[in-house]
Amino acid sequence: MIVESLFFSALLFVVGMVGVLTRRNVLIIFMSVELMLNAVNLSLVAFSTLHGLSGQVFAILVMTVAAAEAAVGLAIVIAVFRHFQTADLMNVNLLKG
Amino acid sequence: MLLQEAAAAGAHPLAGTAAEWLWLVILLPLLGAAINGFLSTITGWRPGPFDPDFHRTGEFPAAPASTLVERASRLVGGGDVATGTSGPATLVTGTHSVADGTDSQYVEDVYEDSLIEAYDEKLEAPPRHRFLPLVSVVGVGTMAIAFVIAVLAFLAMVRVSPETPLIRNYWTWMAAGGLDVAVSLHVDQLSIVMTLVITGVGTLIHLFSTGYMRDDRSYARFFAYMNLFVFFMLVLVLGSSYLIMFIGWEGVGVCSYLLIGFWFTEEANADAGKKAFIVNRIGDVGFLVAMFMMFWNFHTLDFMGVNAAAAALPIGTALVTTIALFLFMACAGKSAQLPLYVWLPDAMAGPTPVSALIHAATMVTAGVYLVVRSGAVFAAAPSASLVVAMIGTLTALFAALIGLKQWDIKKVLAYSTISQLGYMFMAVGVGAYTAGVFHLVTHAFFKALLFLGAGSVIFAMHRAYHVTGNHDDAQDMRNMGGFRRFMPVTWAMMWIATLAISGIPPFAGFFSKDEILGSVFAHATGSTLAEASLLGVGGSSWLYLFYALGLLTALITAVYMTRMMLYTFHGPTRTGEVESRHLREAPWTMTVPVVVLGLLSIGGGWLNIPELLGMLGPVGRLEHWLDPVVASAAERLGGGAALEHALELTLIAIAIAIAVVGIVGAVVLLRPARLLPKAESPREVGIQALLADKFRVDELYDRFIVQPLLTASRRVLYRGLDIGIIDRIMVVGFGWSLPRFLAYLGSRLQSGLVSDYAWVMVVGVILVLGVFTLR
Repeated sequence: MIVESLFFSALLFVVGMVGVLTRRNVLIIFMSVELMLNAVNLSLVAFSTLHGLSGQVFAILVMTVAAAEAAVGLAIVIAVFRHFQTADLMNVNLLKG
Repeated sequence: MLLQEAAAAGAHPLAGTAAEWLWLVILLPLLGAAINGFLSTITGWRPGPFDPDFHRTGEFPAAPASTLVERASRLVGGGDVATGTSGPATLVTGTHSVADGTDSQYVEDVYEDSLIEAYDEKLEAPPRHRFLPLVSVVGVGTMAIAFVIAVLAFLAMVRVSPETPLIRNYWTWMAAGGLDVAVSLHVDQLSIVMTLVITGVGTLIHLFSTGYMRDDRSYARFFAYMNLFVFFMLVLVLGSSYLIMFIGWEGVGVCSYLLIGFWFTEEANADAGKKAFIVNRIGDVGFLVAMFMMFWNFHTLDFMGVNAAAAALPIGTALVTTIALFLFMACAGKSAQLPLYVWLPDAMAGPTPVSALIHAATMVTAGVYLVVRSGAVFAAAPSASLVVAMIGTLTALFAALIGLKQWDIKKVLAYSTISQLGYMFMAVGVGAYTAGVFHLVTHAFFKALLFLGAGSVIFAMHRAYHVTGNHDDAQDMRNMGGFRRFMPVTWAMMWIATLAISGIPPFAGFFSKDEILGSVFAHATGSTLAEASLLGVGGSSWLYLFYALGLLTALITAVYMTRMMLYTFHGPTRTGEVESRHLREAPWTMTVPVVVLGLLSIGGGWLNIPELLGMLGPVGRLEHWLDPVVASAAERLGGGAALEHALELTLIAIAIAIAVVGIVGAVVLLRPARLLPKAESPREVGIQALLADKFRVDELYDRFIVQPLLTASRRVLYRGLDIGIIDRIMVVGFGWSLPRFLAYLGSRLQSGLVSDYAWVMVVGVILVLGVFTLR
């Protein structure tokens, strides 16, 4: 059971990571980040079957932080969109050297 | 320990006498320099950018007046002070900023003597330095008090005649390892003679300067420098170790530089100062190397210690010869000997009292003092001593030859000084240390007198030229002539000095020069020196050659000095019809020192009368006086040599005959009446041109030393090192291009795209995890 859970968790993580790395739309990337977070949550819960409840407690903590992060992240996304009139990150390169 | 020291000090016969107060002699001029320096800073004047004539002297502009009468009447009519004051400050600077070439407009008819007189009166009272009385009192007063203390110390020494020097330690300057340098004074017969000459002649020259420099705006600065010079000179002669002496040695060099370039607004003067300083540096390297070698081998820098160590060495070791030669290198720089003499003629750019004090009487004789002070070192190195004598002889002849055809009155005296310094080195080179010091003293008298007299002449010339705004050369003898009528006192005193320097008895120079030549002749047989050899030639032959060249130089000396006197004081006046009416004898502040020096030039010979002429007074006083200091060294180098009385009489007769021939020959052959003013004189040709061009030594140095150095500096150091390595490689390369290139590379990594950074992060995480996993 735990093996399958971890395998699924890793799969989710990689999917999220590939999404972050390859997609250009800022909203998609944001969703991919959430996917990665949840993959980690899944693995924490899976491990808690071996090490007691601390994994589950930690998963709840991560969800709380993720909620806060989502608020800040979406605010940034809106600010970026207002400024650049686009949600395509390929056009956002003000820090180019 | 303290008690022992006190007991040892108490044992010295000079303890508790005025000799203990010699530190005050040193510090008084320093005090004067400090006060006058302060006064000069609060009255400091400098040419501003809006000064119409700031390239020259910063004078107020004077509207050019077309004629003398116009100017005089404007002045007397209570008008334009600026016109009147435009003379004085430039009076001594050699520039005449007023006139605009209106000489030709003088019309004898409108010439009114009363106006001229009135003009002269105005000229007598130009605006002076604000603190002139205070500066004069401080400048001359400190010198006079110092002289009085020196005389008291001298009298105390005469009473007790100590055999050992009085050495007073004041504090430890630095102690490092084996080096322990104490600030201490060394009072013995030699240093007291030097102190008397410096403070005595120095006081007279300071007094002269109050007259000569009274119209200079930088009056206080002048006296500050002069007093500072005397301070350093006294440190030089009273210090007890080579290092203390070196402080004075460098200090007088600095003061010499400052005073040569005193009128620094003329570029030539500033250049002359630089030249003197730089040429002296070459010699000073020798001093330093000699000190290093002495410390390395003798482990001390004290005069006592070094001389004792050198006296213990066998004669003619390579070590002591090298030390002696390096020391002499320093002397050649400071005392203007071949090949480093070139700075001294240029040093005449300074005010004339400076030339008298620094470049004739005191500083340039420091080299002679150094050789005498290091007598044991030179006595242990006969071949080095022969080199000293040879350089001295050649310098004496060389400079005398150049002096034959100089037209600038101060240049004649400058070359004469070099020549006489050569005589002194001839003396100390053959081990006749007393004769060298004797000539040093008498030379200080008569050469200071000659320079001060020349100063009076130049002073009169400048004043006369200023009345008419003449731009001619006020120091050129071709523009003088017949000054005997205008300046009888100066004329008489200058003749005394001329006879003295030519070696006519009973004037001072006769005794000292005769003693030098006699010693050279005497030491040619039976002395250590005669046994030594140089360049494969025996010392004896060298000494006879030196004697012959010395006699030849004496002849030339008589000729060029007489020439100077004839052209300056005799014959018709070539100054100009109008100008010559304004020639005046100098004020008393200037004539009194000249007269006193004249008396000394007459009587100076009595200091050291040869045994042969014993009927004139006590024999050999200076010799007995200096015996505790120089006797052992002189004995070691030239001992056992004495002249038969008949032979000595012959030598004296020859010397006198030579001098008389020189003077009479010059009087007979030279025709002052045929001389033309400088502007109308034709160029010399042939050998005369060579002499007038000073053998073109400056050009030679320029061609083979200065220009190659400059070219090398420009090409290698400037273009290669400064621009090539430091600027191009270091600053532009490592400082600018390389960081810029690295920054470019770094900036390429910054795409500004978030996904690129995410890629980098992922790769990094994978790498770190990979390392941890595979480890």
